[in-house]
Amino acid sequence: MVMKGLLTFPSTPSIAATGVTAGPLEKKSPFHVNFDKMFDDERCGMKTNEQGHAKLMEDAIMIALSKVDKVPSDADFLLAGDLVNQMTPSNFSATTVGIPYIGLFSACATSVSSILLAALLTESGMSKLAVAGSSSQHNAIERQFRYPIEYGTQKGDTSQWTVTAAGAAAITPYQEGVPCIERGTFGKAVDMGMTDPLNMGAAMAPAAADTLMRHLSGHNASASDYDLIMTGDLSKVGFSIFKKMVGNQGIKDFQNFSDAGEEYYGGLPEFKAGASGAGCSASIYFSEIYKKMMEKEYKRVLLIATGALLSPLSYQQGDTIPCIAHAVELTMK
Amino acid sequence: MFSIFITSFIVGGLICVIGQLMFDVAKMTPAHTLCTLVVAGSILDGFGLYEPLIDFAGTGATIPITSFGNALTHGALAEAEKHGLIGVLTGMFEVTSSGISAAILFGFIASFIFKPKGNI
Repeated sequence: MVMKGLLTFPSTPSIAATGVTAGPLEKKSPFHVNFDKMFDDERCGMKTNEQGHAKLMEDAIMIALSKVDKVPSDADFLLAGDLVNQMTPSNFSATTVGIPYIGLFSACATSVSSILLAALLTESGMSKLAVAGSSSQHNAIERQFRYPIEYGTQKGDTSQWTVTAAGAAAITPYQEGVPCIERGTFGKAVDMGMTDPLNMGAAMAPAAADTLMRHLSGHNASASDYDLIMTGDLSKVGFSIFKKMVGNQGIKDFQNFSDAGEEYYGGLPEFKAGASGAGCSASIYFSEIYKKMMEKEYKRVLLIATGALLSPLSYQQGDTIPCIAHAVELTMK
Repeated sequence: MFSIFITSFIVGGLICVIGQLMFDVAKMTPAHTLCTLVVAGSILDGFGLYEPLIDFAGTGATIPITSFGNALTHGALAEAEKHGLIGVLTGMFEVTSSGISAAILFGFIASFIFKPKGNI
């Protein structure tokens, strides 16, 4: 059987609980009311930005577990990733919680790739409780991919603001009364030749369009089947390109479409094109969207997290930016 | 007397516009922009064009980073006349040493007093 990256989960694994943590600037986000924990300090009380980054992820994991009355030793797997070289913040958080750990790198699409793999482990019967998540921290990521923030360099209107946030989801076999994972699609790495790391939205839009169209045609679905189709962090520039691209492929109504990055900071101009980062999609999907599914406002959603698969070295050498988008379909029965 | 302020403002501003266009249109990095402007000032002085600009615009031409390139060439040429080839090397730093020392000293003092911040 050739699946071409399409996944279906007959047992419909559930997202039993979620945990979301965020930094001080994220209080400007209209979504912050649904975050579980907010730090008053960008470094989360730790000595370095990267240690603060690890703390964000660790607390999100612990919050998600505590909501299902579990401790780390009850969990079978931890699937997590971030954007720092070799994913050290996720590695350190995994050391602290001590859950068997699979580090994942799908850049900002890790929020969804981790859920899909956790759902596969659950579907196979190998996992009764898996924690999936991703995180980002503004200062650590901006320093690595652009400039140290202390340098105070100018950012253009197409540039995005890396969020300081982490999101984790506790994934279990099917349970009643919580959102469950029905289908998914792993994305293809798409490279349209973009080279500007200050315009990631435009680079990622083709990957999101490709994954959406493959998901819809592969699973015989149409865009109107969903209460919400939410991309990860395309932001203002990338989201409008994305809508144009899927518009050319027959999708006409965009009422149920939105982008987590574009809406993250409520469109405030100081955040330029909007939010980005591995914590961007994770913290919205696992707070706002999860809550609205629990309240049955949304019954079927399609989350398409987008990621730019560049390294600081690759773009400095003038290479293009390959991008990816993974999709997961959640339903509330 | 008042007109020197206006010419200074316009010339200084135009040099900055060039720098901004290098950022926004040519997509150059801050380091590349800085070096290019220094080299441009240096070359202009080599052709004897930067001193007339200073006479015309005053601080409008001396404050932007292009003036540093001008000073490098200027010092090198002046010392070369006196001491030959060795003068090219010593001359560069003779004129610019005050600027370099000031940058180091004031940067050092500022780092004691202020903590760098990046967030809005």
